[in-house]
Amino acid sequence: MTATTETVSTATAPRGRGGAAQSVTDSLVMAKRNLIRMARIPEVVIFGLIQPIMFVVLFSYVFGGSITIPGAGTSASSYREFLMAGIFAQTVTFATAGAGAGIAEDMHKGLIDRFRSLPMTRGAVLTGRTLADLVQTALTLVVLAVVALLVGWRAHDGIPKALAGFGLLLLLGYAFTWIGALIGLSVRTPEAATSGGLIWLFPLTFISVAFVPSQNMPSFLQHIAEWNPFSATVVACRDLFGNLPPGYPVPDAWPMEHPVLASLLWSVLIIAVFRALAVRKYRSATA
Amino acid sequence: MPGAIYAEGLVKNFGDVRALDGVDLDVPESTVLGLLGPNGAGKTTTVRVLTTLLSPDSGSAQVAGIDVLKHPNTVRRSIGLSGQFAAVDEYLTGRENLQMVGQLYQMSARDAKRRAAELLERFNLADAADRTAKTYSGGMRRRLDLAAALVVSPPVMFMDEPTTGLDPRNRQSLWEVIEELVAGGTTLLLTTQYLEEADRLAHDIAVVDHGKVIARGTSDQLKAQTGGERIEVVVHERDRISTARGILERHALPGPAQDGCTVEEHTRKLTVPVAGGAKLLAEVIRELDGEGIEIDDIGLRRPTLDDVFISLTGHAAEDETADDEREEAAK
Repeated sequence: MTATTETVSTATAPRGRGGAAQSVTDSLVMAKRNLIRMARIPEVVIFGLIQPIMFVVLFSYVFGGSITIPGAGTSASSYREFLMAGIFAQTVTFATAGAGAGIAEDMHKGLIDRFRSLPMTRGAVLTGRTLADLVQTALTLVVLAVVALLVGWRAHDGIPKALAGFGLLLLLGYAFTWIGALIGLSVRTPEAATSGGLIWLFPLTFISVAFVPSQNMPSFLQHIAEWNPFSATVVACRDLFGNLPPGYPVPDAWPMEHPVLASLLWSVLIIAVFRALAVRKYRSATA
Repeated sequence: MPGAIYAEGLVKNFGDVRALDGVDLDVPESTVLGLLGPNGAGKTTTVRVLTTLLSPDSGSAQVAGIDVLKHPNTVRRSIGLSGQFAAVDEYLTGRENLQMVGQLYQMSARDAKRRAAELLERFNLADAADRTAKTYSGGMRRRLDLAAALVVSPPVMFMDEPTTGLDPRNRQSLWEVIEELVAGGTTLLLTTQYLEEADRLAHDIAVVDHGKVIARGTSDQLKAQTGGERIEVVVHERDRISTARGILERHALPGPAQDGCTVEEHTRKLTVPVAGGAKLLAEVIRELDGEGIEIDDIGLRRPTLDDVFISLTGHAAEDETADDEREEAAK
């Protein structure tokens, strides 16, 4: 077979380096693209910030005085300490919807077809998107932490532990954007991806120890709440931030007894499973 | 020796719908094949299989001599795809779009930048290079999309309805770009619904319907097969249609799939394939006049795409559901 590539004035693309190095550069090119987009549509980032700030204010001032935290009694300030890790964690999981909508839009507009016809590594389109979302999540967390400090929240156990807490939050957020990626590839419109990316987050984040202690829930919900991956990160952060009152009873469930390890394991597991599913879906994606 | 694009027995089902029913293609190097067909015929599905976007249920395909199913990523280095709707990122500038595509073709950042500048110049987008694609007109987007497909000057190009939705001026200038490209040695597979487009650009035309190639040849050959020219008459009074039909049918050219004269009752329009040009037209007018049939309009028409379809398939182009609608329905 003659090489068509020798035809005058045409040329095949350079051979990719293949493997991990190409995967990294492709992903970075895609991440850059998504970050440029985010910077040019700042409304999305801004609305993403308003909601958690609203939650901070609503929960701490409306519910704060009425919720009893075991070991600390009923006081608005102790609830604020308790609450903040929950709001942080909920906020990072909301990045799911953004990732899903972004990828659904790319499908819808035919961009995924363009990318799939290029000699790029398979996961790069999705990795690029999730990395860009990670950057956005980090920015959101910074702003939210400042608001939390303003309403009286503090991390009591030093900066390294506080940073470790935020690290776990970012990892959880990153894991959830892979769920978002799978949703985005599975629905027909960006609108469906946004609502599909959000709806299930409400039961997930509310049937947890994020906003109220699990002790007062019916026992079946208590089990769900304590094994909820989301709860593990929340408790790990409370631990690392020193936000739990001294007499707070540790629920009798493995993830609650080892929250940092549980949070890490859950996030890694979610990434492994949903990344594999999303990349597989991407290979056969049709607009 | 198979050509630059070669497909054999491609079959693809979407649920119960058979989108491709054994498509065979062979496009020699440095030629243009026009894939002509109504919506839903399988044109887009064929392009998606050949550009590695879709796996066929059976059949085989080679592009630039490389097996599409076995080595999709190698094929991707040798092809450019310009889709039905302009696939550019509208929040990126023209320059950023092209640089991104260059880098994803594994060019270095510097090469991608240089190539983007060249293409923007060539496609007359230099002035708009640093504006987001959102602000571009339809024609500009289409040019940007085509430029993106040409970032590496691939030896094999696929264009899926490149001029659909463009105004005549933009269509004209896109045609010129495509001609230039082919003159440079690119092998091109082009899908279109416009016979005129295929006529102008394609060396060979394959007519697809119901997932099969039903006719192949140059545009002249196809037109001849369609019965070449035809006479169209609009009669003034509805009750004279049958008389007029009798006259026209006497002059009808016998063809493979035609039943003489076709009648559109509501517009009182009769159409008949003929051979005989202006002389025959004059004769038909005299005969109609002789019967006292009043005529609103009469003319000798060259074949259109519709005629090709009606003659080859027995149905009009619009009767079909779109490719994507089928895929959608099968999901």
